[in-house]
Amino acid sequence: MTDSKYFTTTKKGEIFELKSELNSEKKEKKREAVKKVIASMTVGKDVSALFPDVVNCMQTDNLELKKLVYLYLMNYAKSQPDMAIMAVNTFVKDCEDPNPLIRALAVRTMGCIRVDKITEYLCEPLRKCLKDEDPYVRKTAAVCVAKLHDINASLVEDQGFLDQLKELLSDSNPMVVANAVAALSEINEASSSGVPLVEMNTQTINKLLTALNECTEWGQVFILDSISNYSPKDEREAQSICERITPRLAHANAAVVLSAVKVLMKLMEMMAPDADFVVNLSKKLAPPLVTLLSSEPEVQYVALRNINLIVQKRPDILKNEMKVFFVKYNDPIYVKLEKLDIMIRLANQSNIAQVLSELKEYATEVDVDFVRKAVRAIGRCAIKVEPSAERCVSTLLDLIQTKVNYVVQEAIVVIKDIFRKYPNRYESIISTLCENLDTLDEPEARGSMIWIIGEYAERIDNADELLESFLEGFQDESTQVQLQLLTAIVKLFLKRPADTQELVQQVLTLATQDSDNPDLRDRGFIYWRLLSTDPAAAREVVLADKPLISEETDLLEPSLLDELVCHIASLASVYHKPPSAFVEGRGLGSSRRALPTRSGSQDILESSPTHGERSGVIPTQESLIGDLLTMDLGGPPVASSVPAAPFASSGLDLLSGGLDGLLSDSPSVPPQQAAAAAAPSVGLLGDIFGLAPSASASYIAPKQMWLPAARGKGLEITGTFSRRNGQIQMEMTMTNRAMQPMMQFAVQLNKNSFGLVPAAPLHVVSPLAPNQSYEAVLLLNPTGPVQRMEPLTNLQVAIKNNIDVFYFAVVMPMNIFFAEDGQMDKRVFLSTWKDIPAANEVQYTINNVNLSADAVSSKMQQNNVFTIAKRNVEGQDMLYQSLKLVNGIWILSELKMQPGNPTLILAVKTRAPDVSTGVNTAFDAILHS
Amino acid sequence: MSTSAIFILDVKGKVLISRNYRGDVEMGLIDKFLPLLMEKEEEGNLTPLLQTSGCTFMYIQHQNLYIVSVSRNNANAAMVFSFLHKIVQVMSEYFKEIEEESIRDNFVIVFELLDEMSDFGYPQTTESKILQEYITQEGHKLETAPRPPPAVTNAVSWRSEGIKYRKNEVFLDVIESVNLLASTTGNVLRSEIVGSIKMRVYLSGMPELRLGLNDKVLFESTGRGKSKSVELEDVKFHQCVRLSRFENDRTISFIPPDGEFELMSYRLNTHVKPLIWIESVIERHAHSRVEYMIKARSQFKRRSTANHVEVVVPVPADADSPKFKTSVGSVKYVPEQNVLIWSIKSFPGGKEYLMRAHFGLPSVTSEETEGKPPIQVKFEIPYFTTSGIQVRYLKIIEKSGYQALPWVRYITQNGDYQLRTN
Repeated sequence: MTDSKYFTTTKKGEIFELKSELNSEKKEKKREAVKKVIASMTVGKDVSALFPDVVNCMQTDNLELKKLVYLYLMNYAKSQPDMAIMAVNTFVKDCEDPNPLIRALAVRTMGCIRVDKITEYLCEPLRKCLKDEDPYVRKTAAVCVAKLHDINASLVEDQGFLDQLKELLSDSNPMVVANAVAALSEINEASSSGVPLVEMNTQTINKLLTALNECTEWGQVFILDSISNYSPKDEREAQSICERITPRLAHANAAVVLSAVKVLMKLMEMMAPDADFVVNLSKKLAPPLVTLLSSEPEVQYVALRNINLIVQKRPDILKNEMKVFFVKYNDPIYVKLEKLDIMIRLANQSNIAQVLSELKEYATEVDVDFVRKAVRAIGRCAIKVEPSAERCVSTLLDLIQTKVNYVVQEAIVVIKDIFRKYPNRYESIISTLCENLDTLDEPEARGSMIWIIGEYAERIDNADELLESFLEGFQDESTQVQLQLLTAIVKLFLKRPADTQELVQQVLTLATQDSDNPDLRDRGFIYWRLLSTDPAAAREVVLADKPLISEETDLLEPSLLDELVCHIASLASVYHKPPSAFVEGRGLGSSRRALPTRSGSQDILESSPTHGERSGVIPTQESLIGDLLTMDLGGPPVASSVPAAPFASSGLDLLSGGLDGLLSDSPSVPPQQAAAAAAPSVGLLGDIFGLAPSASASYIAPKQMWLPAARGKGLEITGTFSRRNGQIQMEMTMTNRAMQPMMQFAVQLNKNSFGLVPAAPLHVVSPLAPNQSYEAVLLLNPTGPVQRMEPLTNLQVAIKNNIDVFYFAVVMPMNIFFAEDGQMDKRVFLSTWKDIPAANEVQYTINNVNLSADAVSSKMQQNNVFTIAKRNVEGQDMLYQSLKLVNGIWILSELKMQPGNPTLILAVKTRAPDVSTGVNTAFDAILHS
Repeated sequence: MSTSAIFILDVKGKVLISRNYRGDVEMGLIDKFLPLLMEKEEEGNLTPLLQTSGCTFMYIQHQNLYIVSVSRNNANAAMVFSFLHKIVQVMSEYFKEIEEESIRDNFVIVFELLDEMSDFGYPQTTESKILQEYITQEGHKLETAPRPPPAVTNAVSWRSEGIKYRKNEVFLDVIESVNLLASTTGNVLRSEIVGSIKMRVYLSGMPELRLGLNDKVLFESTGRGKSKSVELEDVKFHQCVRLSRFENDRTISFIPPDGEFELMSYRLNTHVKPLIWIESVIERHAHSRVEYMIKARSQFKRRSTANHVEVVVPVPADADSPKFKTSVGSVKYVPEQNVLIWSIKSFPGGKEYLMRAHFGLPSVTSEETEGKPPIQVKFEIPYFTTSGIQVRYLKIIEKSGYQALPWVRYITQNGDYQLRTN
């Protein structure tokens, strides 16, 4: 007999039928019915209508049935909070059951029911279960504290559960310790203040290290991850922790190994790099990392992404292990690409021959993406390992001979980089390249080829003809190619002015008159003016020596790398992004991790959570500037929790690269950074913005008529919304226009988009005499049930008094939801801006604003809209701003303003584009206030 | 730090069963999973992680199922993937095969397992032996309801107390797999040995076991450096082995789980002569035929014999009318895999065999270029380890003082054994 029969149902009156079965006297029938209900739930049918009937089955002596009813409760309790109360008694009773399995089951399930009313009843049973004699119950209760904290953090703190949880860290049972540590880490992570609620000290760490030897593999992961957040007080302590953790490297579970690696990598920072201890430890790290490559492909992928970080942080560890990264035929493509990347990082003079012959092999594979990467890799090798450049070039030439279209194109792109890195060395191959001109159909390859022709125009006899042939289809080319072509022809003209005047005229006309692209036009005009006013200057600008491209261009920016090392094994380490870049909501930015430093002062060792604190203090500014300076001076990577701008070098490069074009810079700038550089970052760089400390003068709309006396049976209400000191308020003037006194006022709000509920009952002077007015203030909290309204800011209000109940709907100004902690870190802003798809960007115009950029900025600041950067582009002021709604949605905006022009252009970008309109309205209102 | 929900989907992306652990994700989000996966696949940047609306899907595929975890926060990816594989393992031990059918047939048990194996997204008990003690197929009355076995929370979380056998026996299998990657020019690019010691334990009570190997580090530290020993490069142990003890004095001591398990695995990077070497000459005459000359040479001691040798040679997908000639063994064409398989039942050391194959090719060639899959070799050599590892002793101590017999077998087989072709 199988369970599948429960999935077959009669169509008609199914719910009705189940209802009667659930209420059947026969136990067997009852059980069958519950199974059918669960089966329906599993396939996604809504069986919430059966709630009371199912809950009635809860008091059963059948364990299987009990579990199913519990499962049902977890699923539907939220939608039926009032009825869920019915279940409380049974839960409380089950928490006292003689069987530990049932006690644990009850406390585990209760924690999963995210209904406030139930939560209140959970406290007492939970307190008991935390002290239960059975470790199975205690370990379940430990996790339950984290669940409760997630639902109601202050309750957990008020009820003293944190202390009880801390006590469990000394529990005699290792599994209880492990779960307690997992719960504590989670609670610390979520802490809104950014300050960990429970600090680890030497004693607790010692207890954890003892439990580490005895708990399950998962428990070991929890413990190791928690230890990785601890900063030992000195090098000695760090060493002793390392010693006790090293044996974990021999664990069969990859997660245990990687978490141990994380702790070791972090603690090694505290020791002198050439100390014997560190050297030995490094040796011990290599074999387990290599072994991870024989795990399941998904685990391999995680391991490889982490190895990529480790290789950048400590290149020595795996320097002799090149061969293990050779690609196997049956590796999944994601594994292949990662291995390729690591191979290049490990490439050096001694192993380059091997690497090259492998890469050449890969370049003849069939998977196009992989082949492309392999060809690019050869180019990267040439740039990285100078003595191998010649070999690489000849390998590339071999590949060009294959005439495989995409191989040729990739090869040309990388050869351009090689030319730039080693000028005047390999130009002899240009003729071979020119043979393949016709096959190039990808913009990047065409652009690269054009760049080569322009750069070496004096050595290519028919350069003018070649460029002219490209010019024929100028309008159909992509911008990238057009820009290259423009520059190349100007170069050609400067080198061979005699016979190319016509050509240059032609391209300048095309660029300046026939093109809609502002970049192209601008560049065309600049060249034109340069050439017509001062050809010598033009020469100096256009044919200037290009800055060398650096060898390791694809490295992660050091402070980011350090942060990621602290996140080994986690998603951040796989994405190579800080958690704040992809985790939304609470705890964001509260705990940026930093590596400990060796001799540094104690306070650096803390994971410096201060920066996540409330905004308005402008916390990061000074340190940010300091960091930029050290970066520019090529200073050593400082372990700092402050993100250094990753675009510093690329920004410089762009500037000094001058007119030579975006494309020719691309080899030196990894795509991510290039994009950042192309975005407003260049302007951000130099900008130091001054913000006034946040004032309380936020915008409050004038009161509006909400309930006319005619509709309110004499009660007239005008009102508005405000946000004062972080508190949302509804401010109402209530006037009694009737002849009789009014009393017994009460208010209720319908479910709304932001979950606003009254924080306190409505207080109105009672009685409200005829013709008397009263200024009522209702505090609101965004903690209630959420239901989407149309428009989003719609709020339905019911006001009751002794006469009747009155309903009316009002539209709330969006700005009352702008949270005080809406200031985004510059770098996060950039990456978020990029991450949000362009489709989510909405543009608005705001008219009649006669304010300077600074005035706008300070005005917005008062309303919790924070200016992240300001820059001036072609006379226009651009303000980049961030704000956060109380429900955790981030909104990024760009305000474009021209001095003297009262019309502003607002571009709003957010992951939840529904709020954009409301934001625009709010901006408009604030700016006109 | 953890998983918000687990979904098991069929190949079309339909949810077979799901468990919401943290209540912080919209369960409807899973509908985005398969479209996203296909989109990424199309773009050619598919990874086992997919990102959408502030959440991350981490998934594995098993048979025709997707097992998907959704996380909202910066979860421990290594742990999540290990856990997903563990789910598959546990369910396989419960239902033999896991596929759409068996999930549906056992949905109640699956729910119970998912409930027990993870709490709030934190993996808990995942030892299927222990789970089977209190999550069983029959419904229970509460009076007789199972209690959590002590093992769930014990330091020894993998073995229950009170196990009894009439005859106490232990079987040890030392299995070494040889991984080889050879280039088209016949150079060995990479060769390593991945060894594993598998045990089948049928012992009563709570026995303490100690395993002695000819471990080089141990021998050197105890002054027996001259004896024949093996340098184990990276050793991984089952969770029952006391790791700190091994770290201190290289002693492998443990209380074993009951039944079958892998005690340890190790890796050696020593360069050994490839045990079976293949030379191939492939002549392609476009539009007419392709000819193969495959030479297989055994390069191990004459005393040993390789069994069940299979040389798997890739052939073009459009090849037809196969003709084979060989002195030893048999050859068959497996068109569904586009390979020919040359099987040799018994292949003694120091021998060399030859096989020729001939295929016709169509005069019209397909547009698609084919990859160049490598030649693969499968084999098994009993009573032999490449590394020379030896079990010196297995001490079994139990307080009741019974005598138990350890049986040891050695076997060497192919691992990932690939020789690239032109």
